[in-house]
Amino acid sequence: MAKSDIIEHKEKHRHIEPENPLGLDSPRAKVVLAGNPNVGKSLIFNYLSGVYVDVSNFPGTTVAITKGSYKEYDVYDTPGIYGVSSFNDEEKVAAEIILEADIIINVVNSLYLERDLFLTLQLIEMGKKVSVILNFADELKKRNIKINAKRLSDILGVEVINTSAVSKAGFEQLDYAIENARMGKQNEDLHKVLHNFLNRVGSQAEALLVAEGDEYISRKHGVEPGSADDREYIYIDRRNRVNEIVSFVEVEDTSKGRFFNLFGRLAVNPITGIPILLVLLSVIFFLIGDVVSQRIVNFTENTIGKRYFEYYTKLLVAEYASTDITVNLLDDKENVEESKTFRIPDGFSTAVEMKNDFRKISRLPNAETEYHFHNPFVRLFFGEFGVITMTITYLLFLLLPLVISFYIAMAMLEDSGYLPRLATMLDRTLNRIGLNGRAVIPILLGFGCVTMATITTRLLTTDKEKSIANAILQFTIPCSAQLAVISVLLSGAGFKPLFIYVAVIFTVMISISTFMNKVLKGAATPLLIDLPIMRMPKLDNLFKKTFFRTYGFMKEAYVWFFVGALLIGVLEITGLLFVFQDLLAPVTTAWLKLPKEAANAFVMGMVRRDFGAAGLFAIELTTMQITVAIITITLFVPCIASFMVMLKERGIKEGLIVWFSAWILAFFVGGLTAQIII
Amino acid sequence: MKKTILNPQTIHSIYMHDADIKRHAPTLVPGTSLDKAVKGTYFIIADIPHGLHKVQLIRLGISIGDKIICLQRLPGGTIIIQKNRQEIAIGYHLAREIKIQYI
Repeated sequence: MAKSDIIEHKEKHRHIEPENPLGLDSPRAKVVLAGNPNVGKSLIFNYLSGVYVDVSNFPGTTVAITKGSYKEYDVYDTPGIYGVSSFNDEEKVAAEIILEADIIINVVNSLYLERDLFLTLQLIEMGKKVSVILNFADELKKRNIKINAKRLSDILGVEVINTSAVSKAGFEQLDYAIENARMGKQNEDLHKVLHNFLNRVGSQAEALLVAEGDEYISRKHGVEPGSADDREYIYIDRRNRVNEIVSFVEVEDTSKGRFFNLFGRLAVNPITGIPILLVLLSVIFFLIGDVVSQRIVNFTENTIGKRYFEYYTKLLVAEYASTDITVNLLDDKENVEESKTFRIPDGFSTAVEMKNDFRKISRLPNAETEYHFHNPFVRLFFGEFGVITMTITYLLFLLLPLVISFYIAMAMLEDSGYLPRLATMLDRTLNRIGLNGRAVIPILLGFGCVTMATITTRLLTTDKEKSIANAILQFTIPCSAQLAVISVLLSGAGFKPLFIYVAVIFTVMISISTFMNKVLKGAATPLLIDLPIMRMPKLDNLFKKTFFRTYGFMKEAYVWFFVGALLIGVLEITGLLFVFQDLLAPVTTAWLKLPKEAANAFVMGMVRRDFGAAGLFAIELTTMQITVAIITITLFVPCIASFMVMLKERGIKEGLIVWFSAWILAFFVGGLTAQIII
Repeated sequence: MKKTILNPQTIHSIYMHDADIKRHAPTLVPGTSLDKAVKGTYFIIADIPHGLHKVQLIRLGISIGDKIICLQRLPGGTIIIQKNRQEIAIGYHLAREIKIQYI
């Protein structure tokens, strides 16, 4: 390096910062929230920007950058990281935005000062303008720990404020923190070293990452990254300084510091942990499978949906539309006792007497009404698979209550801090199928929404792990909406079908992952996960999260429901549905031993899995046929949304392989089960 | 090994205070590995294999010379350790590589 290239280092020198004196298209200052996983960045982001982002009590909730706006700033929420580098996708995403940041609000979990200050020092060494938020002030108080924020501020050379994000205490100081963010006190020797190649990489921040051996950033600037030794020197030095700082600023008043969280301990040990898991799952299954799917949905679907909404909508349409209406009166065993048909070629408007008669008889509690609209378009929108009637009933009165209850259950598991413990307990088991315990998080989240879970496979380290987890999700995990429909279909059917269903799906899951573990190269990476404190989920976050997820779900789902219903409707009216049914008939009837119409469920299932399962409602099935049908539909192709996300995350080749294998797998396993049990 | 940008000698003298040099000197004879740690005992981390996991552990707050308690040993060998208030679960294969010494 030529001597003139080296910027001479002087005490208290000023760095030349990119300026924009004319304010030409003056870019808004970028405020980036950075911090370790699970420190409350997202809550602060919610507060500042008003944009809701998912908040949970486990590392890895935020896997992408969310942008919001606060006063004259653009605010960014980032995935939690323990340090800035490019070891995995999450970190790359976070590192990129941190490098671009004008101001960094570093959120720190006060309970884990030793862990979190590592990132703080790194950010300061990057030469960024930083303010530190000491979050979880309430938890500190509970544990009688004191942190001297003033002293910490003096040592770091930046503002340090106390907050409790869950109760929003101290949030009024956030403005102050943003406005007063500044460069902190840096390790001068390191600073000198960084200056030596500042002019080659553009910024001090990038110089630091290059020195730390970040290959991604080095490649960007065409320079040789620092060696593993460099990195270790810098890291160990930083670690030592962190430890020193912590010993200066933190005082623990009691010996209760080693807070023994009994439940947390019991949850990780298989001997107690497996019973805890089983109890949790049974409680969830009871609440959702029995209370919600039987009692609540029975009311919303049959009473509100069918008896009021559909009844009056169809009646209104029948006012003008040409139709035949059959009213069947059923006896206790659901057999038709009496049947009456109303023929109204010009609608009820010209047949007032007949209408009164119809209303009298159709309002009897045991009455069942069937409309046969003559106009195909009216049938398309209001008939049996009516785009308007069926979709709204399914969406609002069947799925909505179920999805809400699933999301509440998931949110409770997430916020309690139970998931990382479950990951720890299942680590060795998952090792056998080429995964580590961490993989339990995307898999479990899949029971909420497979699409969302597919994105979180990013938190796994190797490609092999991601592929296996993705395959498990796409093939075997039913999402909450699908589970909802399945639990309605299974409820009241007894224990046997449930057992068969769970056993078959579980076997397939083990077989797929074992097979992939054998075929794909590489070993599972060892588990290394921090266990957050166990805490009671906060109700407001629980409801907020459930609300936003449900809203997000409905917003995305309704389009596909209408599209699916329209597709089926058009296929039915044009007769193509019967062609498809006939085409699949050998498979459906002979191999799966289901009625021909079950093929409808597969057409719908390609659009949305739950929609496919819902399609089974319309068909009369025996208990064992239901079992086969739900096994097949669970293993069948992922919904359009997951398919798209999978293509993006795992690439087109892998995505297509999974999609086509799902066809084969679903029919093969479903049929095999049918041959045995029916 | 890659060419070192920073001069290790300088870095070493800059960064390592006397106390640290003692801490990192190989005077700590590795006793056993972490997977064999007994529940409820304190120990000192004597060696962590170089590489990604070492870096991750340092960032989580675990480095050579640290005093750690073994909270749990799960069947199969997953170890849960605690440093200060931070609990960390370490998989068997990684635990086997980490050398410890009892105090």
